[in-house]
Amino acid sequence: MTVVPMETGLLLAGILFLLGLVGVLVRRNVIFMLMSIEIMLNAAGLAFVIAGASWGQADGQVMFIFILTMAAAEVSVGLALILQFYRQFKTLDADVASQMRE
Amino acid sequence: MFGTIWIIPFLPLLSFLILAITGKRWSEKTVSILGVGSVGISALFTVLIGIQFLTNPPPGHFVVQTLWSWMEVGSLTPAIAFHLDALSLVFCFVVTFVGFIIHLYSSEFMEEDEGFSRFFAYMNLFVGSMLILVLADNLVLLYLGWEGVGLCSYLLIGFWYKDPQNGYAARKAFVVTRVGDTAMAIGLFLLFTSFGTLHIDTLLDAASQNWATGTTMAVLASALLLGGAVGKSAQLPLQTWLPDAMAGPTPVSALIHAATMVTAGVYLIARTNVIFMLAPATQLAVAIIGAATLLIAGFAALTQVDIKRVLAYSTISQIGYMFLALGVGAWSAAILHFMTHAFFKALLFLAAGVVILAMHHEHNMFKMGGLRKELPITFWTFLIGSASLAALPIVTAGFYSKDLILWYAWAGEQGNFWLWLAGFAGAFITAIYTFRMVFVTFYGKRKSEISHKPGKRMLIPLVILAVFSIIGGLVETPHTLGHIQLFSKMLENVLPSTGILHSGISEELILQIVTALLALLGIYLAYYLWLKKFSLVQKITQVKLLATSQRFFFSGWGFDWLYDRLFVFPAVWLARINRRDFIDLFYDGIADANRYFHQELRKTQSGQIRWYALGILIGALITLTIVVFI
Amino acid sequence: MTILFYIAGVIAILSTIMVITRLNAVHALLYLIVSLLSVSVIFFLVGAPFIGILEIIVYAGAIMVLFIFIIMMLNLGKESEEQEKRWLERKMWFGPGILAAILLIEFIYIIFPGFQKNIPESTVYPREVGLSLFSTYLLGVELAAFLLLAGIIGAYHLGHRSRKPLHRFFEERNPK
Repeated sequence: MTVVPMETGLLLAGILFLLGLVGVLVRRNVIFMLMSIEIMLNAAGLAFVIAGASWGQADGQVMFIFILTMAAAEVSVGLALILQFYRQFKTLDADVASQMRE
Repeated sequence: MFGTIWIIPFLPLLSFLILAITGKRWSEKTVSILGVGSVGISALFTVLIGIQFLTNPPPGHFVVQTLWSWMEVGSLTPAIAFHLDALSLVFCFVVTFVGFIIHLYSSEFMEEDEGFSRFFAYMNLFVGSMLILVLADNLVLLYLGWEGVGLCSYLLIGFWYKDPQNGYAARKAFVVTRVGDTAMAIGLFLLFTSFGTLHIDTLLDAASQNWATGTTMAVLASALLLGGAVGKSAQLPLQTWLPDAMAGPTPVSALIHAATMVTAGVYLIARTNVIFMLAPATQLAVAIIGAATLLIAGFAALTQVDIKRVLAYSTISQIGYMFLALGVGAWSAAILHFMTHAFFKALLFLAAGVVILAMHHEHNMFKMGGLRKELPITFWTFLIGSASLAALPIVTAGFYSKDLILWYAWAGEQGNFWLWLAGFAGAFITAIYTFRMVFVTFYGKRKSEISHKPGKRMLIPLVILAVFSIIGGLVETPHTLGHIQLFSKMLENVLPSTGILHSGISEELILQIVTALLALLGIYLAYYLWLKKFSLVQKITQVKLLATSQRFFFSGWGFDWLYDRLFVFPAVWLARINRRDFIDLFYDGIADANRYFHQELRKTQSGQIRWYALGILIGALITLTIVVFI
Repeated sequence: MTILFYIAGVIAILSTIMVITRLNAVHALLYLIVSLLSVSVIFFLVGAPFIGILEIIVYAGAIMVLFIFIIMMLNLGKESEEQEKRWLERKMWFGPGILAAILLIEFIYIIFPGFQKNIPESTVYPREVGLSLFSTYLLGVELAAFLLLAGIIGAYHLGHRSRKPLHRFFEERNPK
C-alpha cells in the first residue's frame, strides 16, 4: 500500500515553504506577496501534519487547525490593508511604502 | 570648653554652604551678617578656648577631639580629628581674628559688587579650610585643608573672572602651587610607607626613634615637605605666582596672600619640625631659601610701581624671614614673626585697599601722592603698619619679631654670619621700599581727586590692626628690653627651644643698635630719594647699567621669563606638535569607524519590506548554518 | 499508492512555481488553488482526512474566494500585467533563488540522515482531533477565537472607507 517516507513529506513542505519565500522576496505586487505568505503558511501546516501522522497522533492536525485559523485572520486583515494601500497610493507596488525609514 | 573645638571650623563651613546654595536670594546685609558673623563667632570661640588653654592647660598641653573616622584603607585610618596645642592655637587665633577683621572690612569694600554673596562664600570656605589645616591631627586631613585653601586662593584670585588677565593669574597661582603640592603628596606617601601612619604625633615619635640624624630618608622626606611649603609660601623657586595673585580683590590679598594661607608652609615646617631636625641638610636649605628669597623679593619690591605688588614682594620677603628663622631652628621666632606679620601686612593691604578705592581703582603709586590730608586715619594706620614692617625699634611689633630672628641667625647653633648678613641687608632694603611706598603715596602733590571716602566698617579694622601692629610684639622681648618670654613659654611644649652659641647682653645690644640704625638709615634714604630729591632717582635710572638692573628687578629677577623658556614654551610646543598623537588617532579612528559603519548600515534601512524579508532569510541561513555545521 | 503521493507532490511544487511566476493575479490564484488541492490529496494519503477536507473548504474555498473578491474590487486591468512584467526582471530571481537553494540543501542535510521513518497507514479520525482540540488545546482554541475576533474587527475597520486617514502612514502625500 502507501509507503510514504516521512523525510520526503517534510522535504516537500520545505520546498513549498522556500518557493513561498522566494515569492515574497521577488514579487513587488502586494497581492502576490500575500499569496506567497499563504503558501508558506500552508507549507508549515503540511510539515505539522506529516510529522503528526508519522507518530499516529492528532496533535499535528490540531496545529494545522490553528494555522488555518491564523491564516484566515491574517488574510482578512491583510486584504483590508491592501485595499487601503491601493486607495492611498493608487498602486500595488510594495516598494512605494518606504516611508517607515524616515 | 575643649569639647567645642569643632565649632571653630564648622561655623565658617556652614556659612559657606548656606551662602553657596542660597546666597543669591539674600540682601547684602544678610549675606554680610552671615559671612562676617560666622567668622566672628569662630574668633570668639577661639579666644575663649585659648583663655582656658592658657589658664588651665590640659594634660600634655594638647587636646584632641576626634569627631569620626574618615576612612579605613589598610593601616591608613585617618580620622576627622582636631588637635589643639599652642602652635595650632596661635594660627587659629590669627586666622579667625584677623580673618574676622578682614571680613568686616570686606563687607564695605565689596559693596554693590555683583558677586557679593559668592565672595563671602569663598572667603568663608577659605577660613574653614585654613582652620582644618591648622587643627588637623593627621597629615591627610591637613592635606585636605591645604588643597582647600589652594582652591579658595584660585577662586578668589580669579574672582573678577570677566577679565581674562585675572583668570590667567588664578591659573598661574594654581598650577605653580600644584608643583609644590605634588612634592608634598609624594613626601606624605614616603612617610606613610616608612611608618605606616600619617597621624602627626605618632609619626613624629616614630621618626625620632627610627631615623638617625642625617638619614637619607629623613632628608628626602623633609625635602619633599619643604617643596610643598615652598610652593604654598611663595618662596624661591616657586615664588612667581604671588605677585600675579594681586589680581584678586584687596581683602583677598590681605587675608590669603599675606596673613594666613601663604604662611601655611611655615606652619607645615613648624609642625613637622622633628623631621626637619633629623635632616640638617634640609634645614640648612630652608635657611638658605629664606635668606635668598628675602633678598630677591626685597630688591624686586624696590622697583615696583603697583602698590599691591610692592606689598606682595614684601610678603614674599617677610616669609623669607620666617623660613630663615625655621632654618636656623628659631621655631618660636618664626611663629612670632608670622603673627606680627599677619597684623601689619593685613593692615597695609587693607589700608592700600582704601587708597585704591579712593583713587578709582588706580594701583600705580606714582599717580597717587598727597593723600595724607585726605585720608588721615588711613595715613596714620598705614604709617604704623609701614613702621612695623620696617621694624622701627621698640615701638613696633615687627621690631621684636625680626630682631629675634636676626639674633638667632647670628647666635643660634645653626646660624652663621652669612645668613645673618642676608637678614641684616634685607632689613635695610625693607625699610627703603616700605617708606618709598609711604612717601610716594601719601606725601607730595595730590595728583587726582578722591572718589570714595572709607566708612566705619573699613576704618575700624584698620585701627584695630594698627593697635596690634604696635603691641603685638610685646609678648616676647629680648634680654635687653625686659626679657618677656610669654610667647616662647607658651610654645615650648610644641616647638623645641633654640640653642645659643654665644650669649651676652652686650653683643645682643650692639646688634640691635646696628639693626635699628640701619632701619632708620633706610627710612631716611627713602625720604631723601623719593621726597626731597626725586630728580636724583630720575638721574640714577638714566644710567644704563642701573636702568637695566631696575628692569631686571622690576620683572622679579626674570623668573617668569626663565620659567616661560624652561617649562611653558616646551610644554606648549609639545602640545602643538603632538596635537594629533597616537592616542588621539586611536580614538578618532574608533569614531571614524563607527561613522563609516553607520553610513553603510544606514543603506540597509531602505524602508522596503522585501529587503527586510531578505535580511530575515540571510539571518535564518546563517543561524541554521551555525547550528547544523558547527 | 505511493506513486500518488509523489504525483501530488510534484503537482504541488509545479503549481506553486506557477503561482509565483504568473503576471495575472487571477491566474496565479487558480494555480494556488491547484497547489492547495494537491496538498489536500497528500493529507488524505497520510491519514489526515479531516485536515484534507478543511484544506479544500477553508483554504481553497474561503480564503481564495477572499482573494478573488479583492482582485475584483481593485479591478486591475491589462496595464497591471504590463507593469508586473516590468517589475519582474530576470536578475531579480538570482539572489533569493540562490539563498533559497542553499537553505534547501541545508534542509536536506538535516532531514535525511535523521529519521528513516515511514508514515504508518493508520488514519487519525476527526473524533480524535476534536477530543484533543477541546481538551489538551482548549486554551489554544480560546486564543484562536480571540484572534478571529480581532481579525474581524481589524478587517472591518481597515476596509471602512473613512474621510480621515487612519494613520499618518496613509496621509495624502504632497504631489511634487
